[in-house]
Amino acid sequence: MLNDAAFQAIALTVKLAGTTTLVLLLAGTPLAWWLARTRSWLKGPVGALVALPLVLPPVVLGFYLLVLTGPQGPVGQLTQSLGWGLLPFSFAGLVVGSVFYSLPFVVQPLQNAFEAIGERPLEVAATLRASPLDTFFTVVLPLARPAYLTAAVMGFAHTVGEFGIVLMMGGNIPGQTRVLSVQIYDHVEALEYAQAHWLAGGLLLFSFGVLLALYLLQPGTGRRRGQGA
Amino acid sequence: MSGIAGAFRHSQGGFTLDVAFDLPGRGVTAIFGVSGSGKTSLLRCIAGLERADRGRLVVNGEIWQDDAAGVFVPVHLRPLGLVFQEASLFDHLDVRRNLDYGRSRVPAAQRRVSLEQAVELLGIVPLMERRPATLSGGERQRVAIARALATSPRLLLMDEPLASLDLQRKADVLPYLEKLYAELDIPILYVSHAPDEVARLADHLVLLEAGRVTAAGPTRELMTRLDLPLAHGDAAAAVIEATVTYLEPAWQLSHLEFPGGHISLPSQALQPGQRVRLRIQARDVSLSLQRQEGSSVLNVFAATVTSLADDSPGQRMVSLDAGGSALLARITRKSAAALQLQPGSAVFAQVKGVAVLG
Repeated sequence: MLNDAAFQAIALTVKLAGTTTLVLLLAGTPLAWWLARTRSWLKGPVGALVALPLVLPPVVLGFYLLVLTGPQGPVGQLTQSLGWGLLPFSFAGLVVGSVFYSLPFVVQPLQNAFEAIGERPLEVAATLRASPLDTFFTVVLPLARPAYLTAAVMGFAHTVGEFGIVLMMGGNIPGQTRVLSVQIYDHVEALEYAQAHWLAGGLLLFSFGVLLALYLLQPGTGRRRGQGA
Repeated sequence: MSGIAGAFRHSQGGFTLDVAFDLPGRGVTAIFGVSGSGKTSLLRCIAGLERADRGRLVVNGEIWQDDAAGVFVPVHLRPLGLVFQEASLFDHLDVRRNLDYGRSRVPAAQRRVSLEQAVELLGIVPLMERRPATLSGGERQRVAIARALATSPRLLLMDEPLASLDLQRKADVLPYLEKLYAELDIPILYVSHAPDEVARLADHLVLLEAGRVTAAGPTRELMTRLDLPLAHGDAAAAVIEATVTYLEPAWQLSHLEFPGGHISLPSQALQPGQRVRLRIQARDVSLSLQRQEGSSVLNVFAATVTSLADDSPGQRMVSLDAGGSALLARITRKSAAALQLQPGSAVFAQVKGVAVLG
């Protein structure tokens, strides 16, 4: 069955995924908005950067993050001079890595939703005296709600499943950086297959459940827009 | 200072809008032109949805844009209402909340149109709890108009509000528009490419062609000016104002007077003393040099030819002055030659059809 170390890993994983999702929803919204609206030539390069984690091995991403944020890296020197210490092998480091790793899973659904909403509702709101910020909260957010649900679930689930970046950035410190996937790896290395089964099977069920729920909860997204005409 | 005056110069993708205008600050002004003439661009510049490269706009004394002085009031701070071609209701709100969206953002002291008034005027009382997706096209457009009205706009802009509707729905919505214009003292700019809508609704007209204003003035004048496209083709018509004098129930006829003479038409539930707008289509008017005896045509007016112009092949358009009212007659070239019509010729105009515009 599950021991204390397993529960610690589960709690840490939930905390990491929750924090990452929150950061991504807050930071991903303006980024997705900009990508959906801009006519700048930067749209292509920025969009490609956002999508990079979809194809790049997480280990590569983790490696460069480690180099950047390590004691010799420019970001590392900055965080040190600010008195924040170093990111690698800390929970904060894991959050930073996860945010990059799960970025496309949050930004892309939001960007698609913002693009689908189009210009017109924003113009209508403006002629009805709503300022741009007011319009965002009273028109865009409600219309994009299904996309926010998708983005949050995908961001959370994807972060729960990460391994490569964690290993590069966080190592294996119980209670600080030893998340579920690392715990499973440890069990397998120690030939504790029963323990590994409990965690791996649980993760499998969780992932399937999340995707099934998402599928069942979202029947309205495609249909509603179709009826609008 | 009453009036909507301004000038815009705006280039966008090979099209240039270059207009200057000075419109009355009351009544309905139609912006008329074929598609691609810049009607919608002009309306969007006035609303501030499009920022013209160079522009100036003063609405009833308030400066909304003056690029020379660096003034550009953002759309949401302009007290205007805009009805788009498609109703564009907020799908996530029911009808009541759609109406409330704009109204609740207008300070109470500036509200002059009550929600009840707007709802009643557009006949949407039974729709209040419905979702936009469950409404018909005509209903949606009426909700959109009420939503704009509920903000008590000081200028109402309408971009072909009937264009997305079929004929039946159009006929459903038109009476509401007319009522609106009659009951509320809000200046309206109405974009249209349909001559019949313009004849029915507009007091004043701006003709747009390839991004430029070709003519502006009272609708009745512009509709009968032979140098303008509106006075040509199948839909060419004159609009006159007449007063109902008496009814003749035995024949189900109403009798009316206008400066050019007497008109009788099959009763349309008119009341004596009522002032109505009538439309007389050019193709329904024939001309003769003598008053015809033994004719079934009831409405015959003595008139003077003011000008002639070629119309469609084989046809001439003749503008007439009947006691100060302008009429149009479309006749064949052959007849025009046979009658030797020239400016100044005295003729009798026989009118086969008169439509009441309300």
